Amino acid sequence: MAAESLLKVESVETYYGNIRALAGVDIEVNKGEIVSLIGANGAGKSTLMMTICGSPQARTGSIIFDGEDITKLPTHLIARRRIAQSPEGRRIFPRMTVYENLQMGAGLDNLKYFSEDVEKIFTLFPRLKERQSQRGGTLSGGEQQMLSIGRALMARPKLLLLDEPSLGLAPLIVKGIFEAIKKLNQEEGLTVFLVEQNAFAALKLSDRGYVMVNGKVTMSGSGKELLANPEVRAAYLEGGRH
Amino acid sequence: MEYFIQQLINGLTLGSIYGLVAIGYTMVYGIIGMINFAHGDIFMLGGFAALVVFLIATSFFAGIPVALLLLLMLLVGMLMTGLWNWTIERVAYRPLRGSFRLAPLITAIGMSIVLSNFIQVTQGPRNKPIPPMVTDVFHIGGITVSLKQVLIVIITAVLLFAFWYIVNKTPLGRAQRATEQDRKMAALLGVDVDRTISITFIMGAALAAVAGAMYLMYYGVASFNDGFIPGVKAFTAAVLGGIGSLPGAVLGGLLIGLIESLWSAYFSIAYKDVATFAILAFVLIFKPTGILGRPEVEKV
Repeated sequence: MAAESLLKVESVETYYGNIRALAGVDIEVNKGEIVSLIGANGAGKSTLMMTICGSPQARTGSIIFDGEDITKLPTHLIARRRIAQSPEGRRIFPRMTVYENLQMGAGLDNLKYFSEDVEKIFTLFPRLKERQSQRGGTLSGGEQQMLSIGRALMARPKLLLLDEPSLGLAPLIVKGIFEAIKKLNQEEGLTVFLVEQNAFAALKLSDRGYVMVNGKVTMSGSGKELLANPEVRAAYLEGGRH
Repeated sequence: MEYFIQQLINGLTLGSIYGLVAIGYTMVYGIIGMINFAHGDIFMLGGFAALVVFLIATSFFAGIPVALLLLLMLLVGMLMTGLWNWTIERVAYRPLRGSFRLAPLITAIGMSIVLSNFIQVTQGPRNKPIPPMVTDVFHIGGITVSLKQVLIVIITAVLLFAFWYIVNKTPLGRAQRATEQDRKMAALLGVDVDRTISITFIMGAALAAVAGAMYLMYYGVASFNDGFIPGVKAFTAAVLGGIGSLPGAVLGGLLIGLIESLWSAYFSIAYKDVATFAILAFVLIFKPTGILGRPEVEKV
């Protein structure tokens, strides 16, 4: 099967004021793949996720999504091209109910599928169903993570961006979330690009992976290759979980 | 006792008007965190728009039914002030978003001065009277209730319900609340943040226009200066209720209206504004979050 490119990031540089956070990043995600991006704190992983969504915009380079240049599009128009993100820090609307948070995820275009889609999310994360009329701000960290992913899925995304879905969660919940991602990928062909600190779990799940250091991609390869790579092992895996 | 109930009714009427204006303050504060000091003048513009409609309609169509006239005054006022407030946000506030916090506040005060001077120049500095439109009164026991008071309370209640429905039950209202709570995340979910903020200004202005038209109907005069004292009182109402809280704005408006009429009735009418603004001072000192306001800390 010829890989069809869905997202192509080419020599992108992003600045916060005068500080360069991304120093020429090239990344490609093909349709139907799970691709992960690993790297230490402050390497620029989350910045890349947000740059794809145009907030902040890339200063140089280009981002091509589904054959269209989205580099200079405003964030909400990028979102409407069905790139959904579960961002760093989850960013649940604290004073909206779980149900309303999911409604927000559906946007305007997908409200017609709402009842069908919300059932799917509730099957995937039964906990959210129990909590549906509770305010987002009162959920536990794990529940907020589920809600954040669920909200992103409500957009019926072509590309799902997940920023640290495992952060701060109990291992059992992490396992559940990763299984859910895998299932969506296999059953519905959902394309996923995820950022993870939990490099072992992420690479095991992924078709391909990239390693980021100081705003640059230093290594790439299939999930298996990176897992076996001694440098990756030394930097991101040894001392972690095996 | 009858006197007291009479004052309650007067206070409720006045409070409805303050409440409608206070919503505009509180919504704009909620969504972009600035006090739109020009909002009082938007209220005044609403009164003048209604005045102009009244004059045109009564001189060209002498026999126009009062209900239709009132409806026209409200609708044209809402449209005009909506457009005004939209323009103000566009030219005076949006370019300063992301600037230091004081900047939009200063331009807001500037816009307030521009608007009141504009009306002073174009409409003249004198009070503009209109003949009474609605004159019916009901006598219940020893209490007098005028039809215009009833109208004001009913129109306010209907608008508040419509408004509550929009904010809590429609996709637009959800987008507004999302923008208020996390602008960046709202954009990530496809919400056009700029448009949502514009609509918020238009909605706030429309409510203020209704309040302005009703103020004109109630007192029978409009003045270029009306944006100031009633405007600041509505702002006091918003602060008292808890700035950022919609139910708070209504509650604050009613309370300010009641306090003002009861104070005038039992103490001194000359000091009614002092009483209102003393409340503003006390609230700011002892409970800056207001009655229904929430503290800034939020578990996320």
